[in-house]
Amino acid sequence: MEETTTLDHSADVYEPSLTPDALGKLGMWLFLISDAMSFGALLAAYGAVRAGAAEWAPPAEILGINLTAGMTFLLICSSVTMVKALEAIQNGNQQRMCTFLGLTILGGLIFLGLQAYEWTALIKHGLTLTTIPHHGLSGAEISGSVLFGPTFYTITGFHGAHVTGGVIYLIVILIKGLRGTYTAEYNHKVEILGLYWHFVDLIWIMVFTFVYLL
Amino acid sequence: MEHAHKEHPKYMRIFWILLILTILEVVVALPLLKSALGQTVTAILLIGMACSKAAYVALYFMHLKFEQRTLMIIALTPFIICVFLVFMLLPDLMDDARHEGAKAESQAVDTSH
Repeated sequence: MEETTTLDHSADVYEPSLTPDALGKLGMWLFLISDAMSFGALLAAYGAVRAGAAEWAPPAEILGINLTAGMTFLLICSSVTMVKALEAIQNGNQQRMCTFLGLTILGGLIFLGLQAYEWTALIKHGLTLTTIPHHGLSGAEISGSVLFGPTFYTITGFHGAHVTGGVIYLIVILIKGLRGTYTAEYNHKVEILGLYWHFVDLIWIMVFTFVYLL
Repeated sequence: MEHAHKEHPKYMRIFWILLILTILEVVVALPLLKSALGQTVTAILLIGMACSKAAYVALYFMHLKFEQRTLMIIALTPFIICVFLVFMLLPDLMDDARHEGAKAESQAVDTSH
């Protein structure tokens, strides 16, 4: 009998068990998990196409590894500036947060610029959705499945779209930050932004390995 | 709020670890070393390094290490499902490769006639 009364009583004073910041964080995590599956499916499909092809051109002969290694370094740096921005606002330093958010945006923009440069160079070199270059970077003749192009552009393009979205997201939070929205007590939205940005970095680590290095 | 002044992990240390692993990856993927190590060893090394880099980003930058254990289990689900995905695709992959081989053979026969 005692149990039922407690239950009734708790029903009267029901409060949501997820606080707004916990809910926001969980929401972002759930989005990232489903997004991770999209990338997982793309990479698995890439593996299937590559393994099923009679011949696959060596990625190092077509893609510039040094440039993309630099791009990887850039994204890692922008992840560090992102955690520094969160650290700053958790200590109540709004100006420092805005500086680091600005640096993160800069990193994202340079990354996108380099990717545009890379794609332009690759298309000029002959890597399109239907063709692969006749000669590799070392000058040697290369051949292989024409599916190299579509898989490459789909995966790096999908990631690039995430970086673009991330830069817009960063700009929105930076504008709100400049208006003084965030404080040492109210900053979970900066942390949620960080989750997204680090995820984009994490995905690039995987793309860099599977598409460029292997 | 109780966690207003929580301890921050050593972010710069993670940065150096990620940087060193990236350099190691590029070195392992060098054509010279790639052919010396063989395809399988290179693949294991590269995937191992990529996964540890991803783990560092998730555990420290995304604070997964400092969250409740349940969130870590939730975050691990896509990886488990992706491993399943690879295993589900495996028989298909081998089948494809066999078909390709058969196709190439029949083409060779065609041209010889």
